[in-house]
Amino acid sequence: MAELNMKERQAGDVTVLDMDGKITIGEGSVALRSAIRRLLEEGKKKVLLNLAGVGYIDSSGIGELVSSYTAINKDGGQLKLLNLTQKLQDLLTITKLLTVFDVYESESDALNGFK
Amino acid sequence: MPSVTEETTRLFLPSRTESVNEAAAAAGEVAKRSGLDEEAAYGVDMALREAVTNALVHGNKRDESKTITVIFTSSPGALEIEVSDQGIGFDPGNVPDPTVGENVLKTSGRGIFFMRTFMDDVTWSRTAAGGTMVRMIKKL
Repeated sequence: MAELNMKERQAGDVTVLDMDGKITIGEGSVALRSAIRRLLEEGKKKVLLNLAGVGYIDSSGIGELVSSYTAINKDGGQLKLLNLTQKLQDLLTITKLLTVFDVYESESDALNGFK
Repeated sequence: MPSVTEETTRLFLPSRTESVNEAAAAAGEVAKRSGLDEEAAYGVDMALREAVTNALVHGNKRDESKTITVIFTSSPGALEIEVSDQGIGFDPGNVPDPTVGENVLKTSGRGIFFMRTFMDDVTWSRTAAGGTMVRMIKKL
């Protein structure tokens, strides 16, 4: 089984990625990077990462989230995060990234947050 | 039968990404036998993954002919983990704080910060061959 499984949904002009698994060095980080790169190539610049199923993330995974955020912003898009586990929220807090990312607990609030 | 008060487990791993998971699996077993609670075991897992990743990427530079050595020593008061590589050594003092200013948005450089966050004591030294050894302690 893959380290990170992703399901892609379209909600209006927002692409939702439902993620399940681990975002760690190797497969998980690469899968996220590839997905974001592909979405940008397809012109999909409003991306909501649903992280409810991501129970584990390491520093490589955090780096990949930052990289995704930067790449999408640079392309004039927006990246938002949905349903962080407590562990991920704690990691983003201690790394001072919680204030950088737009984080939501409700999908409808997140979708309404896109301009 | 005498009670076991100290247990040592040694792993000799090739420098490839899969070794991070192998080391983490072994850490999980050691943590369980040491009686660590779930939160402490999570911290050990996080710190160990970062230490092995550093040995793999920065120390051995993914050269599969080079070995990453992991030694777990559990005693009644603490779990100690040593991770050594066969690289050319590095100075942890030169690693910038990832939580300050523009470093916050860097895509790397958080591994050592996580190791220090999740363990009670973390120190670096040079191996006899010139590589890096990081020694991490989790108090029980």
